[in-house]
Amino acid sequence: MADAATREPRPAHEPRPAHERRRSVGRSEVGWPGVGRPGVVWALPGALFFVFFAVAPMVLVGALAFTDWDGIGTPSWTGMSNWSRLWDDPETHQAIWLSLVLTVLTWVFQTPLALLLGVWAAGRQRNRAVLSAIFFLPLLGSSVALALVWKSLLDPNFGLIADIGPALGFADGDLLGSSKGAFGAVLFVTAWQFIPLHTLIYQGGARAIPRSLYDAAAIDGAGTVRQFFSITLPQLRNTIVTSSVIMVVGALTFFDTVLILTKGGPGTDTTIVPYLMYRNGFQAFDLGYASAVATILVVVATTVSLLLVRLTGFAAMRSTREGM
Amino acid sequence: MRIPRSRARARARSRSRSTLRASTLAAALLLAGTALAGCGSGGPGGSDDGSLDVWVYQDASTKVQREVVKRFNKTSDIKAKLTQVPGEGYSDKMRTSMGTPNAPDVFFNWGGGSISDFVKKDMLLGLDPAMDKDPELKKAFIPTILDAGAIDGKHYGIPMRGMQPVILFYNKDVFTDAGARPPKSWDDLLKLIDTFKGEGVTPFALAGTDPWTELMWVEYLVDRYGGAGVFQKIQSQGMAAWDDPAVLKAAQTIKDLVDRGAFGKNYKSVNYTADGASTLFAKGKAAMHLMGSWEYANQKANQPAFAKSGLGWTTFPAVPGGSGDPKSVVGNPTNYWSINAKVKGDKQKAALEFVKFAARQDYSGDLIANGDVPATSDATSLLGKHENPDYARFQYDLVKRAPDFTLSWDQALPAKYTPPLHTTVQKLFNGQLGPAEFVDALKGM
Repeated sequence: MADAATREPRPAHEPRPAHERRRSVGRSEVGWPGVGRPGVVWALPGALFFVFFAVAPMVLVGALAFTDWDGIGTPSWTGMSNWSRLWDDPETHQAIWLSLVLTVLTWVFQTPLALLLGVWAAGRQRNRAVLSAIFFLPLLGSSVALALVWKSLLDPNFGLIADIGPALGFADGDLLGSSKGAFGAVLFVTAWQFIPLHTLIYQGGARAIPRSLYDAAAIDGAGTVRQFFSITLPQLRNTIVTSSVIMVVGALTFFDTVLILTKGGPGTDTTIVPYLMYRNGFQAFDLGYASAVATILVVVATTVSLLLVRLTGFAAMRSTREGM
Repeated sequence: MRIPRSRARARARSRSRSTLRASTLAAALLLAGTALAGCGSGGPGGSDDGSLDVWVYQDASTKVQREVVKRFNKTSDIKAKLTQVPGEGYSDKMRTSMGTPNAPDVFFNWGGGSISDFVKKDMLLGLDPAMDKDPELKKAFIPTILDAGAIDGKHYGIPMRGMQPVILFYNKDVFTDAGARPPKSWDDLLKLIDTFKGEGVTPFALAGTDPWTELMWVEYLVDRYGGAGVFQKIQSQGMAAWDDPAVLKAAQTIKDLVDRGAFGKNYKSVNYTADGASTLFAKGKAAMHLMGSWEYANQKANQPAFAKSGLGWTTFPAVPGGSGDPKSVVGNPTNYWSINAKVKGDKQKAALEFVKFAARQDYSGDLIANGDVPATSDATSLLGKHENPDYARFQYDLVKRAPDFTLSWDQALPAKYTPPLHTTVQKLFNGQLGPAEFVDALKGM
């Protein structure tokens, strides 16, 4: 659909976009001020759902973080003891550090690749559709299945790594057993899986850039590279923020890949915060402490995404099409 | 999309706004109501519908339990209803359902740490009175196995699956090629390491990404150095008891093995769950493999030719200066049925009757037909029917002669110790912790 909409540049007299049209039609049909906008009641089913399945559990987790509970019987109130333990626990410090490093590297690794691929996929080259479809495939697999495939590929004796490991600096294919290798494997596998999603977002963003900008730039003598830096990048500003927020929050909550590929090992060297939470909650059944870890995670992820939105000016919803 | 929206608008206009709001509210409440009700009754039948709710871990052995439920239901007025819980989620599901109305009446478990928290909260029926009343029941099982699942000397479980001792497997072809014989002493074992290194074969397959496989080495070494009492003391007195010199000695031995190259160079990246270590071993790239008795079934499924003619087995040797009995074994003695303490009256009688079915010869016969070795004390005559009678007899005699059967530490200790135990053991094997630091880390758990 997006394809059809952007294939032809829109003529100047084209009607306004659908959402504006609908609002004005509603107003004129009904005639009462404010009626065109659906009432608050319409939001009720969704809101209730959200309250029961997101807000309530989150509040409960917040409360559990002040208790000692092994999953059976009644939680007993222990005040701040989980929090002081959290403060002193070197494993937690390591997990928070690893999560932050993983998040930053994920962004640094995925954004340029996804951006370039997305802009390329928005074009009209030969074979573009076929190749885009192939690039998109990793996103369709379940994380668990993909992690299992990678685990086999990284088997030091029978996997791909047995052959290419020495070239990468992992003699004997000992990649998952080394701290840096295992961390790199998590970074790489998640990137391999999620770059297609961000490619898709950038493709959509790049398609929405008006053709006329490029035409004008071409007349002024700008080449492809100049056009990319002077038109495509600035025009994609809001897309970059959207993609980054998804990426950062996603990286802070990576779990399944770690669970299957490295189990947080070697030792605790890939035990990032979500995996630490799982280990404490569902292997050690120390649900009070796990809740404290979860609360930290919620607070950090929310803060980071709010900061991102604030710092990038995304909240102001400034248009990239001003004056067009 | 367009048509329904305009219809909705038309409807909205024809009705007054208040009825609309009311009906939406009602619909929303209905939706939320069903969602909540769904949460409450999502589990299996519960314990009040007159039938016996039996939970079992679902895998290749579950068909034995399906059969026994059929047999039991022919004799009993209170019918057993079997719920098969897919393996991965079993512990979580059991844990979260206990203490709720959805809890099972009779359920599969691993004894030890998997039920100790339930026992602490009086949620399980003690089976000692029933065993006193029915001495045959107690005598029906190999005592070390019955005791391995006990909590503080009290029994809460009836053995209901095959025994799973940890065995030292070896690859017969690799041994023949090297002109070697299976190790009888620790000296033999050390010499074999050099022999196989000379042949370009990894002496021991080890799955270093799955720390429970490394734990087996620590368990056997501590048992050989200090006897089963060392771990019993840790279980009863707490983490300070890791101080025992046998633990340090075991850790030093492991460092020595690693330094000698006993596990090859890339064991840290080898897995067990995706068959990395087992394939290495079956293909002759590794000579020996310390693993639970399920390794046979595993090889049979993946490398049938090797399982049939290439797979050899022996006991874990004694260590120099060790005071432990070399006949002792470690591993998973078996799985157990336990009964929920909330089950009372006739239903309790039925539940007891049901678990007693696991002591009968026909049940043992089913286990053997399935490739398992039963934990009953009179199974000797049945072992000939096992698909590999030699292996079955070796295993059965190994366990029957053992003065102690130590349950895998990660299952014997309360659940909260499992993750730190695993990471600490993995760090010892990876060289991230020295032997003394290893002991300190265990004490600090």
